[in-house]
Formats: sequence, C-alpha cells, structure tokens
Amino acid sequence: MVKRSYWSLPYLIFMVVFVVLPLLLIVLYAFQDGSGHFTLSNITRFFTDSDSLSTFALSIEVAIENTLICILLGYPAAWILSNHKLNRSAVTVVLFIMPMWINALMRTLATAELFSMLGITLGKGTLLFGMVYDYLPFMIYPIYNTLMKMDNSYAEAAEDLGAAPWKVFWKVTVPLSFPGVMSGILMVFMPTVSTFAISEFLTNNKIKLFGTIIQENINSSMWNYGAALAFIMLIIIGITSMLGETKQSETEGGLI
Amino acid sequence: MTQDNIIDIQHLSKSFGGVKVLDDINFYVRQGEFVTLLGPSGCGKTTLLRQIAGFIAPDEGRILLEGKDISGIPPYKRPLNTVFQRYALFPHLDVFDNVAFGLKLQKVPRKEIEVRVTKMLKMVSMADYEDRSVDSLSGGQQQRVAIARALVNYPKVLLLDEPLAALDLKMRKDMQMELKEIHRKMGITFIYVTHDQEEALTLSDTIVVFNEGRIQQIGTPADIYNEPVNSFVADFIGESTILNGTMIRDRRVEFMGHEFDCVDEGFGENVPVDVVVRPEDVYIMNQLEGAQFSGVVKSCIFKGVHYEMFVETDNGFELMVQDYNAFEPGSTVGLLIRPGDIQVMRKERTCNTVEAVVEDGSHIKMLGCNWECEVPEGFTPGDEVLAEFDFEKVELLDNREDGKLGGEVHFLLYKGDHYHLTILTDDGDHLWVDTNDIWDKGDLVGIEIAPADIKLKRRNG
Amino acid sequence: MKKILAQCYIWLLLAMLYAPLLFIAVFSFTESRVLGNWTGFSTKLYANLFTGGVNGGSSLMSAVENTLLIALIAAVFSTILGTVAAIGIFNLRGRKRQTMQFLNNIPMINPDIITGVSLFLLFVFLKFSQGYVTVILAHITFCTPYVVLSVMPKLSQMNPNIYEAALDLGATPSTALRKVLVPELRPGMISGFIMAFTMSLDDFAVTFFTRGTIGLDTLSTYIYTDARKGGLTPELRPLMTLIFLLVLVLLLIINLRSARAENKAK
Repeated sequence: MVKRSYWSLPYLIFMVVFVVLPLLLIVLYAFQDGSGHFTLSNITRFFTDSDSLSTFALSIEVAIENTLICILLGYPAAWILSNHKLNRSAVTVVLFIMPMWINALMRTLATAELFSMLGITLGKGTLLFGMVYDYLPFMIYPIYNTLMKMDNSYAEAAEDLGAAPWKVFWKVTVPLSFPGVMSGILMVFMPTVSTFAISEFLTNNKIKLFGTIIQENINSSMWNYGAALAFIMLIIIGITSMLGETKQSETEGGLI
Repeated sequence: MTQDNIIDIQHLSKSFGGVKVLDDINFYVRQGEFVTLLGPSGCGKTTLLRQIAGFIAPDEGRILLEGKDISGIPPYKRPLNTVFQRYALFPHLDVFDNVAFGLKLQKVPRKEIEVRVTKMLKMVSMADYEDRSVDSLSGGQQQRVAIARALVNYPKVLLLDEPLAALDLKMRKDMQMELKEIHRKMGITFIYVTHDQEEALTLSDTIVVFNEGRIQQIGTPADIYNEPVNSFVADFIGESTILNGTMIRDRRVEFMGHEFDCVDEGFGENVPVDVVVRPEDVYIMNQLEGAQFSGVVKSCIFKGVHYEMFVETDNGFELMVQDYNAFEPGSTVGLLIRPGDIQVMRKERTCNTVEAVVEDGSHIKMLGCNWECEVPEGFTPGDEVLAEFDFEKVELLDNREDGKLGGEVHFLLYKGDHYHLTILTDDGDHLWVDTNDIWDKGDLVGIEIAPADIKLKRRNG
Repeated sequence: MKKILAQCYIWLLLAMLYAPLLFIAVFSFTESRVLGNWTGFSTKLYANLFTGGVNGGSSLMSAVENTLLIALIAAVFSTILGTVAAIGIFNLRGRKRQTMQFLNNIPMINPDIITGVSLFLLFVFLKFSQGYVTVILAHITFCTPYVVLSVMPKLSQMNPNIYEAALDLGATPSTALRKVLVPELRPGMISGFIMAFTMSLDDFAVTFFTRGTIGLDTLSTYIYTDARKGGLTPELRPLMTLIFLLVLVLLLIINLRSARAENKAK
C-alpha cells in the first residue's frame, strides 16, 4: 500500500475548498466593509457596543454554568453506568445515549412546550435547564467511554497498595478519566456558546446568545459584521481546543 | 555460478532513512535447498526476504531468479509465495477460499482448484476444515492454512518469514518436523527467516547468519556450530564461552593463563585471537591428575538432560561446563579441553580506531565532538588522522548527560573475566569497550576517554 | 444500599431526560391543536400525517422526504470520499499525516454555526446559487470526518501483511483492494455511513445557512420556522413520537446485539 498516499489528495482538495477557504472567507469578510475595503470597524464595533458585549458575556456565562452542571450531574451517572456492581443493564446505557441521536431541535421544542404547559415562565432558568437537558448525554457518553476502557488493574493495583475505595476513586479513577471529561467539555461548551435555535425556543427569544446575533446579522445581510462575530468565536474555539489538546478524537470516534 | 542456482543475490543494498539495513549482500540458493536467514531482530533478514518477495525495491544490486533479474517485477507477477509471520489469512474468507485465492486469480478451472486445494489441505492435515472461518482456528491451524495457501500455487521458491514465532514451544517443535517433511515431499526451494538458532540448526541445509545488515557466515548447520568465523556467530549459535587468547605459534594457543594444543594454523606467532569453547566440550573430573587446569565449581543447575555448571578457573576466569554428572558447588575439579574442540578465530579488531581531525595543539575532533588529547609533534591543525584507544580505556558513565558523548549498549559478550560491549553512539558510530561493570543491552551510557589514552596515527601513513 | 441509591439517581436523570418526549408522545394521541389540552383519545393526527391531510401535513411530509434524501446522498458521498481519504491518510507519514488529521478535525471541532456561516460566505463569494446542491455539499463537509475516523481504526487494526499476501498470491493492486481491503474495511465504512446519515438528519444550523431562499425545508428548518411562527403543527407530535420510537428500537437492537456478541466472545 506504499503508494496509496496520494489517495488523500481528493479529500485534501475538498477540505481546502470547503473547510479552509470558507474559514479564510470569515476572516476576509470580518475585515472588510460593505464595499470590499479593508477595515477594522467591524471588530471595534463589537468591542464598543455594550449590547454585543453583554450578549457575549452572557453566552460565556451560560456555557460555563451549563458545562459545570453537566459535569456535576454527568460524571456520577457515567461512573455508575460503567460500574458493574452498580449497573448491569445495557438498556440504561442506551437510554442515556439515545437523546444524542434525536434532533436537538425536536427535543428542545418538546421541553419548551412542557414548560409552557406547566406554566413556567421562559427565562434564564428554563434556558439553563433546557441546555443541560440537551447536552447532558454529550457529557455522559465520553466519560462513560473512558471509564469503560479503563484497565481495571489500575484500580486493583491501587487497592493492592493499600488505597481505600474512595481514595482509589479520587487518586486513580478520576485522574485517568480526565481525557473523557475534557472531550465532554469540548462537546458541551462550544455548542452552547454558538447555539441559536435552542436559546430562542427556550426563552421565547427573550434572551439572546452569541449564536443568535451572528444568525440575525447574517440573515439580515449584514455579512461583514456577522463574519466579524464568527471570527471572534473562531478565536475562542482555537483557545478552548488548544486548552483541551484535541484529545477528543480518540473518544469521539465510535458513537455507536 | 552454476545452472542449478535458483536464486542469486548480487551486491544487494538497502537503506531506510539514511540507515543502511542491508550492506552488499551476496549469496545464492540452490534448487530444492532449505536455506535459513538467521540473525537477531533488526539484522536485515526480513528486509532481504521482502525484497525477494518484491514488497521492497533494493537500492542497489540484483536478485536473479533462474538467471533472470526480477528486481523490477511487482510481487504479483513473481512466481514466489510467502508465508507471513502473523499468517495474514483473509478474515472474510473461509479456509477453502483462502487457499483457493491464488488459483482463482490465475483462472484455474474450478474442478482443478477443488482437487488442488483439497490435496493441499490434506497435506497440512487440515482436510476437515474447508468451511471453517479462519478466526475460529488456533494459531497452529492458521499456520497450516497459510502454508497451504502459499504452496497450492506451486511457487518456484517458498519464502517463510518467522512462520513459527507466534506458536508455543511444543507446537513449534511439531511444526518444524512437519515443515521439514513438506519440504522433502514437495521438493520446492524454501527460504526461511528466523531469529531462533535452534530452529535454524534443525531445519536447514544451509544457514546464512546476519548481523547489522551484513552476512557473517554461510555454511551448513554443522559448519556454523563447530567453526564459527567470529565471536558474533559463536555467541549467537549455541552456548559458548568466548575468551581472549594469543596464538603462540601454529597449533599452540594460550588462554585463561594456560597454554593448549589446538588444530588451527596460519595465524602467525604471538597474535591476539578470540577462542571459543563450547560448554559440552569441557571435560570435568574429580581428580586433578590428567587435567590441564583446575577450578572451583560456583554453581550447578539441572537442565533436564545435563547439568550446567559455572567453574571459576585457577586464574580467575569463568567457564561454562555441561556434563551428565553433577559436581558440588565449592568442590575443586580438574578440567581438560581437547585440541579439536578449541575453535580459534581471528580478532576483528584489537582497539578502537576512529577518524579524527586535529583542531589545535591539544585537541582533536572525532565522533562529532571535541576531545582533549596529546597531539604529538609534526601534526598541524586540519590534519586528518586516525585516533586509536584501547577497549578498556573507554569509561562508561551511568548518565548519558555526564559523558562527553552519549550512547547505548548495543551488544554484550562475556569473555570469562570481563564484558566486551559494543556501544552505539548517538551519532550512529560504534565503539567497543572492555569493562568489569555489569550493563544490560539497551542501557543508556555517557562516554569519556582520558586525553592520555588517545593515540594519533596518520591515515594511510 | 449503595446500589439502590445509584439506581435512583440514574432513573431520576432518565426521567428528566425523557419527560418532554413522553409528554409529546402522550399528546400525540389527542386531536387538540394546543398542547396540554387533552380532548380525548384519537389517532387522527397519525392518520393526517400519512394521508398528507389537513394542517400543512403535506409540506411537513415533503420536509421529511428532503431530510431523508439529503441524508442519504450526503452519507453515500461521505462514505466514498472518507474511505478513500482514510486509506490515503493511513499511508502518509509524519508531517503530512498530521496536517491531514488536523484538517479532518476542524469540521468536528467547529460548532455548526461556524461551519454554516463559513460555507454560506463561500457560496456567496463563489456566486453559487444555494439550494439542494449546496446543502448536500455542506453536509458532506461535516459528515466525511466521521467516516475517516471510523475507517482509520480498521486500517490500523488490519494485519498489514494481508494486502501484501494478496499481491503475493498474484492479485494486482486493484484486485487486492477490491477483494481484500474493502471487505476488511466494510464494518468501519458501515458505521461511518450510519454516523454520517444521522449527523445529516440531526443537522439544523448548517442547513439553515446553506439552503438559500428557494424554500427548501428539512425537518429541522421546518420545525424552526414553525416554532418562530408561534404555533406548532399538531402533526409534528405523532411524527416526533414515531422517530423517537424508531431510534430507540434501532439503538436497542444494535447495542444489545453487540453486547451479546461481546459476551459470547468472552
């Protein structure tokens, strides 16, 4: 198979056209005005507009809160699911994975409808609840996966060396499952910042998140400002994925 | 070159990423012969086999099959077949279809395929397994199918790449006998790659011993065992004690502080040599009468058929001895070696010799760094010289950072009272070191040489 | 005791996750246009859904058809492109391989909105009129990386000598590819196809930005527009219930089967 390396060429060309070029276009449009001249005004506009800035801050805040709640709720669940003494049923695991396979919009809509039927006013509380509801499986699954793949002999070795069960958990299981948590964070944090339909549904469009203002600008043909906002989001993605060291490709591989 | 050479390898060389894996390989294989390429892992034997099969193109040299150069022919057009180390059976096909794979591609009529496959499976004792999936077979069974799959095409030469390496000992022994039987029945030429010297001795008509990309020795199993040409071969094939000695004159050699009669001639007088003594060739007895020298038994281990003992000789050398009788550790014994059992080999080198360049009055550059040394009168900066230093003058340090130069222990040879090490430096140069310290293969070391111990010589002076 | 606590926790979370879906499912069996208002048991909504009856059921069904068609085409192309690419990348070494893997990761790390906006800008920039073709191209873009990721492990698990063995037995490189390599990679290609298909089904944001203005709707964009209009088409309730059941059954079959196969292997 030595000479098959050129088989990567079609995909390389495809990716240059449909991945690299589009991202460069975001940068290009971000630094242009409507008539195609270079400008920084789109970027400065974002940093001087208090509405945009507060939306941005709120998005980050909601994303951090959502990620934290997902870890707090998801880690114990993943641990219980992966523990043979506590859970023997494959069905429960499937039940946790399944929501990932159902259209998020449908699930969000269902949640919003349930809230309005129960007479709960849509707002930040319902937004956060809905987000957790949407993204919890994406946190549980990668953690569950790393815990399942973890060689049991590490824990046995720790026990053998005199560690009590709770110490084994904190000193061995938790550190070793860190890559799973990292990939869970990547799968929850960025989508939360960027989503627009979900926040619109869950707050009846009362609270705007960063994704919503990008969408509104693009849809009202303000491409350059929309591109500038997308550019800022790209930079955040760069930072988060560098922090997360793209370990996720291993765990994200087999979703089935 | 005679007519019945089926394979002829001429001046074959191959490098991977600047490292020479095979260096000017020359040998031939006769029609119907069982040839084994033997050597430690990484010696280039598998690379050579893959070149014969056609998976790797040689950098230089030719491979002749029945007198025709096949170097440029792709593997699927070569009338050779390979048995791979990890079988490489097609998991999606059953046993029959695996064996029939090559015949189907040749568009052999279906009737004939059935006949040939059935016959071949019978020969490897897998007749009842035709419809089985290959995943359901044991390692030994998969091996049989792999052999049948290759042989069913009646190749001119069968190439086998460590085919028994993955089997357990008992199974390996059985398969060795079966391979030998198949070879006899089919009359096909076998080229067999292995790192197991016992396997090579058992199976082969001819053994080609490899080390570091070069052929060390070619010969029959008996030749290679009884008359190794250098210390590498002696150490690699069978158990042996290798000792420093001096050839006093023809048929008289000194080692372990004693003089012995031997049968070797033509080395010259007072020439340093390596001496090989096989443990089963040392006679051990309770009385000192009739013995050539004495020793004290240090350890005695039962090995099934014989006892293996380490004896410290009267002059402080350690000698391995095998005998059917046990001798108590601590007891004094007499020892005797017959002239015909002493194998004398020319030394490949007696000291380290490296190319160097004079830097100034007290420094030279060699092995990629600067060394202080006593530069004698008459050498000027820029002179290209040879630097020589004795094996025991190289000092090895535990941390590679502490030495002027870093390296790795590449090969060890115990010589009775000290270790002779081959060190591979970080830049890929070889150094040889005599030491009493114990190192293991793969240990990382720092290297130092005292200025007074480096002697300079003019090149080709 | 510990086990009971653990089980309680698990089922509490599951109750939270499934409450909205159950709620929708229950109210799919009543005729009321407003959710939460039970007007007696009825299967009329289900009947409407399949006969394309009242209340915009027909445009809903065409959205469903679009969704399935786009997912199918995108998944087929992604599987071919991704498999070829995986074989190529597998044979690359060093820096080139790292670059390809890095590029392959970008669409997976990028949130949908970035992929959507960037492709929207591309099509605007190239003056490419947006519709079916652009949506499918966009879907191939974010689906192919998953195919590459599911085929690559099969390549590295494969005994590297298998391909050589085929050549050794007289197969030309293209025959060896067809008869040995593809059968070996098939499980990876199938799971890559399924991933691509479901990723495409689930997508909203990328479709939203690349569908243009020709009125092309997939299920996601239909729901979005519907919800923005305020009222939810009642037929969505039976549709969601059916999708929900279908996915659940499929996943249960796949997972229980593989769990059983694993048990057998042990």
